Amino acid sequence: MAIEDNPTPPRKPRQDHLIIQSMIHPGARVLDIGCGDGALLELLRESRNIDGRGIEISQKNVNQSVARGLSVIQGDADHDLVNYPDASFDYALLSLTIQATKNPRTVLEQLLRIGEHAIVSFPNFGHWLIRWQLLALGRMPVTDKLPEQWYDTPNIHFCTIRDFVTLCEEIDAVVEHALAINRKGEPLNASTPLFIQNLVGREAVFMLTKNKSKT
Amino acid sequence: MKPILLGNNQQRNHLKDALFQKMTYVNGQAKEQPETRMPREDKITQDSKNRSDSSFDDAPLTDGHKADETLHQSITFDETVSLTLECGEVLSPFTIAYETYGTLNADKSNAILVCHALTGDQYAASTHPLTGKAGWWEVLIGPGKPIDTEKYYIICPNVIGGCMGSTGPASINPATKMAYGLDFPVITIGDMVRAQLHLIDHLGIDQLFCAIGGSMGGMQVLEWAAKNTERVFAAIPVATAARHSSQNIAFHEVGRQAVMADPDWQGGRYMELGTNPRKGLAVARMAAHITYLSDEALHSKFGRNLQERDAITFGFDADFQVESYLRHQGFRFVDRFDANSYLYITRAMDYFDLFSEHGGILANAFKDTQTRFCVVSFTSDWLFPTRESRQIVHALTANAANVSFVNIETDRGHDAFLLDEPEMYSAIDGFIKAAARQKGLEKVL
Repeated sequence: MAIEDNPTPPRKPRQDHLIIQSMIHPGARVLDIGCGDGALLELLRESRNIDGRGIEISQKNVNQSVARGLSVIQGDADHDLVNYPDASFDYALLSLTIQATKNPRTVLEQLLRIGEHAIVSFPNFGHWLIRWQLLALGRMPVTDKLPEQWYDTPNIHFCTIRDFVTLCEEIDAVVEHALAINRKGEPLNASTPLFIQNLVGREAVFMLTKNKSKT
Repeated sequence: MKPILLGNNQQRNHLKDALFQKMTYVNGQAKEQPETRMPREDKITQDSKNRSDSSFDDAPLTDGHKADETLHQSITFDETVSLTLECGEVLSPFTIAYETYGTLNADKSNAILVCHALTGDQYAASTHPLTGKAGWWEVLIGPGKPIDTEKYYIICPNVIGGCMGSTGPASINPATKMAYGLDFPVITIGDMVRAQLHLIDHLGIDQLFCAIGGSMGGMQVLEWAAKNTERVFAAIPVATAARHSSQNIAFHEVGRQAVMADPDWQGGRYMELGTNPRKGLAVARMAAHITYLSDEALHSKFGRNLQERDAITFGFDADFQVESYLRHQGFRFVDRFDANSYLYITRAMDYFDLFSEHGGILANAFKDTQTRFCVVSFTSDWLFPTRESRQIVHALTANAANVSFVNIETDRGHDAFLLDEPEMYSAIDGFIKAAARQKGLEKVL
């Protein structure tokens, strides 16, 4: 049987992946939850020489990732994070996945438990285009990055950047870094006021850690 | 054949004869007349330390195949290397027959241990000396294949308790100079692995690059990793479980009872009495074989198709193809397997329970494991269902172990692990290549 050495063509890394990459130190232990086709793990393996693991809900994606030499198991953020021991990874990643979980708050707490740092990226539902679609058209927003109709989207828990900041406060997470990415995929200046970020940020990437002074 | 009533001895014997008539299974390919002899003490003699056993060479072959040039190796450990079994008895001396493929590198870091299943043997990638058939895992083992004989040194031992050259119930008991029979001590998966450890020590290998096996072979892989993590760099348990389920114990019990119900079993002393419980063992194999397949696979392969006839016969001949197939499987099996070995090895599987050994918490079996794992299961495997592989995965993640888990979509049931399953092939290939890079065996990415 013929197995191609590289079944996937080279891809341009996703913008949020590049930002996450810049946050991670070489040789780190990384758990990527909802790792999809393994693109981020592979990027970090090649560029940061990480000890990486992944959890992915799609068995097809898992099998393909394992065939590419990545350590990936089938599972999901809502059920399988409880199995991992405390502080077993330097970074627990959740890229563009939190909006598809049943219990985002619990998942975020698990991330902070498992990883010294949690890195979360998510689509910002406060983006002006989304607000405009709701306000002017009276329709659930559909964008190039969120192309599904309301009835077939896997994304069941959208939030805005402001919502996410509030959740971080509620669960006592310290925001170490926060970056919003505009429609062109460029990160906004960190000094941009929150309400502007919440308006023009298409996605956001947060690096969090547990508030150790209180635990 | 007319319908007959059970209860009349003569008729029952007639029924049995009909059931066990020599038959050929015709499905377009295999046609094989079963041999009437058993591979036993006359053919498989205990070899000494010269590790070159030629006793297979004169074994009859079923058809025109000639035995290949592979050395049939075995090593006998004398009383200086005692093997204390979990049951408390000491097995000494003991022999391990094994096959090797490829070349051991200078620092002995490229060894892959292949562990066989219940009725498997050491002929994973070489022609079987009794059946003349190709090795049972040649789909994975060979030049350029995932278990690459050009890169790795592959060792496949026959388990103790087996009947292909390793010490088992058909071996000669040094105390009585007769076959052990039921005097052979009950062995466990742990005992099999400890015996293999002696072999690996003997070969001078500190750490296996990889241990891989399916079904009972997967149990051995788990045992290796749980008890000797520092000696296994990578582990691939396929279609297996960390403990044998109640249902599986039940199936094994049916098999054992079938063997023991055969009058020719003679309380296990059939060898010295010159009989052979062929019928009992064949029934055991038939029942077990069903569990290796799946409802879908049987349906798509046979449906209700009739065997070389146009209509049902209102009798107990093999009207249906599936019956003929199973009878063929049963018959073919008894020509290469010892009935007492079947009892002992099924028992070893029944006793396997990594949960109870660790206070009911499987995660404790893999505490501080250094081994990287690739767990493989199959969607239609109801003998070792996916959920049991998932338990292993959860136990490993609880230790933040390096684990991959692939569940292969297939309708071929448990047997899928022996078959050409492209996704299994590519997953194992990718895992082994990545592990080789990690171990520095393969520099190029």
